[in-house]
Amino acid sequence: MEVYWYIIISLALVGFFILDGYDFGVGIIHLFFAEEEKDKVVIAKSAGLFWDANEVWLVMAGGMLFMAFPLLYASAFSGFYLPLMMLLWLMIFRAIGLELRGQYNTRIWRDMCDKAFGVSSFLLALLFGVALGNIIRGVNLGGVVNGVSKYESSYFFLPLWNARFSPLAHQPGVIDWFTLIFGFITVITLMIHGANWIVLKTNSSINDRLKNVVYYLNIGLILLSLASIWMGYSIQSDPLGNFITHPGFSIFPLFYILGLSGLFFVRRYRRPIYAFLFSTLVIFGGITTSLASIFPKVLPSTNMVHPALTIYNTAAGDYSLSVAALWSVMGMLLMVLYFIIQRRLLSGKIDTKDYGH
Amino acid sequence: MEDMLFYDRIQFAFTITFHYLFPQLTMGLSMIIVFLKWRSIRTKDRRYNDAAKFLMRIFAINFMMGVITGIPMEFQFGTNWAKFSELTGDIIGQTLAMEGMFSFFLESSFLALFIFGEKWLGQRLHFLTAFLVFLGSWASGFFILATNAWMQHPVGYEIVENGKYVLTHFSALFGNPWLLPAFLHNQLASLVTSSFVVGGIGAYYLLRQEQVDSGKLLLKTGIIFGVVSTVLVAFPTGDWAAKNMVKYQPASFAAMEGIFKTEGGGTEIVLIGQPNMLEKEIDNKIAVPGVLSFLTYRDWDMEIKGMDAFEKDQLPTNVPALYYAYHMMVGLGTLFIGLMLMGLFYWVRGKIYNNKFLLWMIMFATPFPYLANIAGWFTAEMGRQPWLVYGLLRTDAGVSPTVSSGNTLFTLLGFMGLYLLLGLLFFTLVMRIINQGPKV
Repeated sequence: MEVYWYIIISLALVGFFILDGYDFGVGIIHLFFAEEEKDKVVIAKSAGLFWDANEVWLVMAGGMLFMAFPLLYASAFSGFYLPLMMLLWLMIFRAIGLELRGQYNTRIWRDMCDKAFGVSSFLLALLFGVALGNIIRGVNLGGVVNGVSKYESSYFFLPLWNARFSPLAHQPGVIDWFTLIFGFITVITLMIHGANWIVLKTNSSINDRLKNVVYYLNIGLILLSLASIWMGYSIQSDPLGNFITHPGFSIFPLFYILGLSGLFFVRRYRRPIYAFLFSTLVIFGGITTSLASIFPKVLPSTNMVHPALTIYNTAAGDYSLSVAALWSVMGMLLMVLYFIIQRRLLSGKIDTKDYGH
Repeated sequence: MEDMLFYDRIQFAFTITFHYLFPQLTMGLSMIIVFLKWRSIRTKDRRYNDAAKFLMRIFAINFMMGVITGIPMEFQFGTNWAKFSELTGDIIGQTLAMEGMFSFFLESSFLALFIFGEKWLGQRLHFLTAFLVFLGSWASGFFILATNAWMQHPVGYEIVENGKYVLTHFSALFGNPWLLPAFLHNQLASLVTSSFVVGGIGAYYLLRQEQVDSGKLLLKTGIIFGVVSTVLVAFPTGDWAAKNMVKYQPASFAAMEGIFKTEGGGTEIVLIGQPNMLEKEIDNKIAVPGVLSFLTYRDWDMEIKGMDAFEKDQLPTNVPALYYAYHMMVGLGTLFIGLMLMGLFYWVRGKIYNNKFLLWMIMFATPFPYLANIAGWFTAEMGRQPWLVYGLLRTDAGVSPTVSSGNTLFTLLGFMGLYLLLGLLFFTLVMRIINQGPKV
């Protein structure tokens, strides 16, 4: 049961990053590459029509995490207090930027909304990546200083950074050079994803340019991915050990590599959906690889005193998990249905349709 | 520790109060939209359809606000109330996760369909999308109320080692005797807000002498829903909810009614007065003898326990605030019934559109149901104190053990600034939609 819920929640998170991920990416691309007003409108719209339906995935993943792994929810959410709150604020800024852009027809208002949308998308992508880095690096569970625990064994509190931005210190911070690498990997991945989405959904004048951008970003992504593995060795003795003990897990990095390779041919695809599918594969492979590398842990401990949080020591009772598994199947069928209806309605290029927004 | 609890509570109260400005409108409004859409199909009168689409635009922006202020609520269970989440997640996680899965997707998908898909769908399917939006928003309310009902009156659980509460009967969560009265009371209250908003917009158009046709339609719709909901929210649903208080939370009931001493025989109902916590009595009291006993037990002489019958650590922590919240809700609720009946009276006599005074009253009444709804929730939540889960888990045992008060105050200030901005933007946007009106 724990494993079932672990998979479902991971998939919901992957779903969130694939769907809302392109909204983040669109925001970053919008910030750096959109110049003409016509492009700006349509690019903002390619995220604006979808973001609230996509954000629902995060709500759902959060709800299920709360239900299935209450201790993990409690420990991680209180421990990552500050970054999570900032995440919430950034999401609000993004919504303001997207929804209010068209409300007043003055240059200064539109610029303000564009910046709110772009900058918050960039910081959100960075923050989500940093969060993933934190989960892989682990935290100082119990707040151990010199062998003495400040808190209960499963709780911690992370400052935003420590004095040297080092993941190796006794008290790691949210931001250090290891987690920042993950942050930039996420930013670049979502930029690629967002660019592919723009090419897929719009006829903007920068579409051809974006294909080149994707190509070069992809090279950067590969270099950063290699760097993250190399750095992983300086933090843990054997960061890839899980893939040797569980050879089946190797499927996840293979997806990642497949996606990366596919993106190199982005300039040749006649149908932009292929590029989008490959970046989807990169996101899927990237997140699952990261999670699989620490499975069954969900939050490693950086000290020797307290053991890591795993899916087993944080799970809810068997009865709860089983009942919820029943209704979750029904819920997921409904979700697939809604999703198909929604996508059918909003299919095709955005600038050719009048959605009456 | 003390101020840690204080800031955690203030932050939750502030963010949930702001959040609940939006769902209370969308839940009621979705029902009114379904009604208008149905009338438009039955009568083939375009004005109904225009009104439905106009209200859906107001709905959409409220829904968006509800989503972006709702995520902080879900997060705060973990960030600020970690101990509570750890101990009860097994149970209330069920209803919260169901909300995410069953209602948000329904609501957001079909809202998009309603707004973008009228031509594509045809009128009957368009009606269906409105109905599904309504269903989604009420389902959302239902799951939240089910969660709250468990905190007010826990059922279907057992306590296991390390003090965790574990679910033993899933169906008990929904058969909770607290749930149905609270849910109906809450939904009707949200309908009160929506009918006052709809009626208020109608009155505004009539007073401005613009969009007069739409104004008449909206005013009448507001009055129809207003009469029904203002009456039903008081009786029987408010009555049921109060009876649950007497039965399951007698100490809170005594506090909210302002009953300090247990009287042998019938207990009076306090209408007006200020609780004096030093002298343990109500100052400047106006009260009617015996009525509280009658309302509660249908018996003028039945004894009702006062606050003196309970240990101090069982009583709500802030008696005056609870008393005022409750009396504000009841007082406003009574005025609402009067206003709506007056509207109905003049409508039936065919004189409502010329009655400027009444139109002004209806327009100015628009914000007050929001106040009454919030006061009602303050009654429920402060009434539950000092418990997070009534009788089981005290509020001070639920806060996050590692989040310091300085950090919570920091984020509280952040939320205050951000929500001020958000509120201003929301207000100007809604006023723009209203000023554009149904005729586009």
